[in-house]
Amino acid sequence: MGELQLPPIDYGALAPMLILFGAACLGVLVEVIAPRRARHPVQLTLSLLAVVAALTAVVLQRDTRITTIGGAVAIDGPALFLQGAILVLGAVSLLLIGERSIEQGGAFVSQAAITVGSEKDMRQAGGEPGATEVYPLTLFALGGMMLFVSANDLLTMFVALEVFSLPLYLLCALARRRRLLSQEAALKYFLLGSYASAFFLFGVAFIYGFAGGIRLEVVRDAVANPQNSQVLLYAGFGLIAIGLLFKAALAPFHVWTPDVYQGAPTPVTAFMAACTKVAAFGALLRILYVAFAGVQWDFQPVLGVVAVLTMFVGAVLAVTQTDLKRLLAYSSIANAGYLMVGVLAMNEEGLSSTLFYLVAYGFSVLAAFAILSLVRDAEGEATHLSRWAGIGRKSPLLAGTFTLVLLAFAGIPLTSGFMSKFAVFGAAIEGGQTWLVIFGVISSMLIAFPYLRMVVLMWLSEPGESTPSVSIPGFLTATALGLGVIATVALGVIPAPLLDLTQDAGQFVR
Amino acid sequence: MFDEFPFLSVLTVLPLVGAAVVAFIPRAKAELAKIVALAWSLVVLVLSVVMWLAFTIDGDRFQFHESYAWIPTWDARFTFAADGIALVMLMLIAILFPVVILASWNDVDQSRRSAPAYFALLLSFEFTMIGVFAAADVFLFYVFFEIMLIPMYFIIGSFGTGQKQYAAVKFFLYSLVGGLFMLASVIGLWVLGGRTFDFTKLAEATASIDPNTARWLFLGFFVAFAIKAPFFPFHTWLPDSGGAAPAGAAALLVGVMDKVGTFGLLRYCLSLFPEASRWFAPAAMALAVIGIIYASLLAVGQKDLKRLVSYTSIAHFGFIGIGIFAFTTQAGTGAVLYMVNHGLATGLLFIVVGMFVARRGSALVSDFGGAGKLVPVLAGVLFFAGLASLALPGTAPFVSEFLVLIGTFSVHKGYAVVATLGIILAAAYVLWMIQRTTQGTLNPALAEVPAMSKDLSLREKFVVAPLIALLLVLGFYPKPVTDVINPAVQATLQDVGTTDPAPTVVADGKAGG
Repeated sequence: MGELQLPPIDYGALAPMLILFGAACLGVLVEVIAPRRARHPVQLTLSLLAVVAALTAVVLQRDTRITTIGGAVAIDGPALFLQGAILVLGAVSLLLIGERSIEQGGAFVSQAAITVGSEKDMRQAGGEPGATEVYPLTLFALGGMMLFVSANDLLTMFVALEVFSLPLYLLCALARRRRLLSQEAALKYFLLGSYASAFFLFGVAFIYGFAGGIRLEVVRDAVANPQNSQVLLYAGFGLIAIGLLFKAALAPFHVWTPDVYQGAPTPVTAFMAACTKVAAFGALLRILYVAFAGVQWDFQPVLGVVAVLTMFVGAVLAVTQTDLKRLLAYSSIANAGYLMVGVLAMNEEGLSSTLFYLVAYGFSVLAAFAILSLVRDAEGEATHLSRWAGIGRKSPLLAGTFTLVLLAFAGIPLTSGFMSKFAVFGAAIEGGQTWLVIFGVISSMLIAFPYLRMVVLMWLSEPGESTPSVSIPGFLTATALGLGVIATVALGVIPAPLLDLTQDAGQFVR
Repeated sequence: MFDEFPFLSVLTVLPLVGAAVVAFIPRAKAELAKIVALAWSLVVLVLSVVMWLAFTIDGDRFQFHESYAWIPTWDARFTFAADGIALVMLMLIAILFPVVILASWNDVDQSRRSAPAYFALLLSFEFTMIGVFAAADVFLFYVFFEIMLIPMYFIIGSFGTGQKQYAAVKFFLYSLVGGLFMLASVIGLWVLGGRTFDFTKLAEATASIDPNTARWLFLGFFVAFAIKAPFFPFHTWLPDSGGAAPAGAAALLVGVMDKVGTFGLLRYCLSLFPEASRWFAPAAMALAVIGIIYASLLAVGQKDLKRLVSYTSIAHFGFIGIGIFAFTTQAGTGAVLYMVNHGLATGLLFIVVGMFVARRGSALVSDFGGAGKLVPVLAGVLFFAGLASLALPGTAPFVSEFLVLIGTFSVHKGYAVVATLGIILAAAYVLWMIQRTTQGTLNPALAEVPAMSKDLSLREKFVVAPLIALLLVLGFYPKPVTDVINPAVQATLQDVGTTDPAPTVVADGKAGG
């Protein structure tokens, strides 16, 4: 027996994640050391610096194509692109999380443990500064997501899944107002998420039994040349898929989405809609393209049905919503379906178009939630659709911006939404999945209706008796909103640079 | 000297710049906004006339070719080129927009809405219209095809009358549904055609597509264009939109925008999917003929003037439809000429009806009666517009309707005969409408409306005069236009692979019949 050999570790390649985890730990220390009043600016600055540093590290690593720590982590083109996307979208989300001028004290509760409805709760709702734990939690979540999209074995992937999920469960519970709704959302998300994680882990066990290893290339070789019962493969694959489909909010594993999106503080909802989606689809792409590509003929029809179901559930239920946050939740479910169409193309275009879609959608959805956080009344955000009637008369700029975002969601040309839909549908036809495109087109017709109704409501309806006030966005929200809108238009008019980038991301290392 | 000038891209971008300029004029300076908008559309008109003169008849099929890189990964480019069909449509757009802007001068003044916004929307609509006809890249065409909905949606929804919200949403959803079917076909075409969007390359590549697939792709395009045109049974959005839109915008809606549908059939369906076009032609002709009769009958029964004009328009699109799918040069030329003449005639009719509605404050036929006694000149213009609309000899639509019918008769007698019934019905709906509104005894309620005593103002004379003049000139001397259209139609029919029946065939047919 020789000494235990440590596998070689390429710290440079891991630097982006290490920076984030390090900064997150530092953030926990800040909570202890810094005086209460200084925490918010310190934490926000620290988080943003960490994200920028990590992004710099990702850019510096742009030509790296390796697996490291004994093959547990793959730093390749798609991983770096996805990490970059998570960091950019995460930075914009951090701006929203850090906003404190729209609502006094910010969108988060001052102390999560205060009993709902107590006198203390009234006081904190009145404008005590919000909890600053949200920053380290966000950084942990971001780090976990980055590991999730670059994990090259199933156990690392599971660990990453937990690392980014647990902070998210907590973040969901931290709303300043409507706290019961927020806590309910967190509990629901936590319970269902735990089930999904358990399914995933169970699936990993099956796959280990089938392939004799958990590294993705070991699984791929075993799939190509099976030594054990196929039952293990299919059971394992199915369970792993359930875990990932849950995170990506695909039907029939989507039921948590509307409740959680509605209950969570709006900046956290935006963060989940943009970044969690990137992480979940990043991992899904890697699992399907690297480990299980050999059985694509078996899973394409099944996951195709999932994609169609998701598109239609999202589109049809979006039509019936009366709350804007729930509407956006169902819209995000439908978008997950379109993303799945791109994933199932199972070719080079499928990969690059899905990457493009993730970034384009992330920016639009961040802008949508940023706008939503601006329309308020005494109760907080006014999310009921009827409250938005005639808002275009009062604040044409806000209504115009939101119209643009809605047109992007509807896939109207000259917005990023059209380019991304075109990309995934094109990839799917190229990959022989024409039927998915036909269903995708039909569901696009359905989901155009709720978006259009919203436009009608804002511009053409008469204002109700108590139109909510539209807050002037603070610097942070204005920046986030501006970035989201600029990206939505720029990617719709000149998509070529980002498309080239997604193509250069090339292939997964195997 | 004009060969090098980038006509089409400049023409496309110019109105967009104008829209931006007008949009930034403050609301208080409405007059300035109107003048800038009018001047801008006149500049576009002048440039279009210069382009018309620079066009070489019997030259290349596509002229003024320009191409700039856009999305290299997909081979989507900003490619502009115009054949004779596109050229006459661009000319029609250039003529109608200043007329409509002048006709809409006071439309927004009474409402609480902003006048600069309205004229900025009109100019941005002109941008999308020119773009859609000038594009020679399928991706670019699709982009314009979809975004043209947005300005028109806001024009109907914000500045319309009656059930404007309902009409605007219905308009948008119908068009979007068609557009999304087309999107599926565009993507399919792109993948099968070798990942390119260039029209000429695609036209070559589509020959090798499996016929069955080509029929499905054709269908995607056809549905989009049939909704846009609109053909029976996809027409129900038009009466609502035409009824709710402001009269000037309605003139553009049926005069220009709906032509995108018939233009798309000619340019994209016929040239890209020749075999499928031949296969679907009988069905398309049947729909067109049903549309003529059905819409004419409905037009007779309409109580609302703007809805009535919308239905007449659907009937006219039926004529254009049979002209396109008869696959003879005469019928094809007639159809394209009809597109121009219909734009002028129905545009005039809508504008004049709009003048009546603006005076009376109602579009109901029953609210008029004997109006000719109060406003004789205006009533006369309505009479002329009506006659042009029913294709009276001497007005331009007669030439085109005649060409379509004889061109169709030479190959499909049955369709031509049934379509001819449409002419009789056209006389019925136009004349009965004119009788109920301007003739007969004066409606006492009408006499009490002070605005009804004002006949055509100088501005309104400037609005109607160019259209009346063009309808008369093209009625007697259509040659300058047909000369431009003819080669393009022949080239299109060559793509389809049909030849005109030789005279002997007609003789045989006569002997047989």
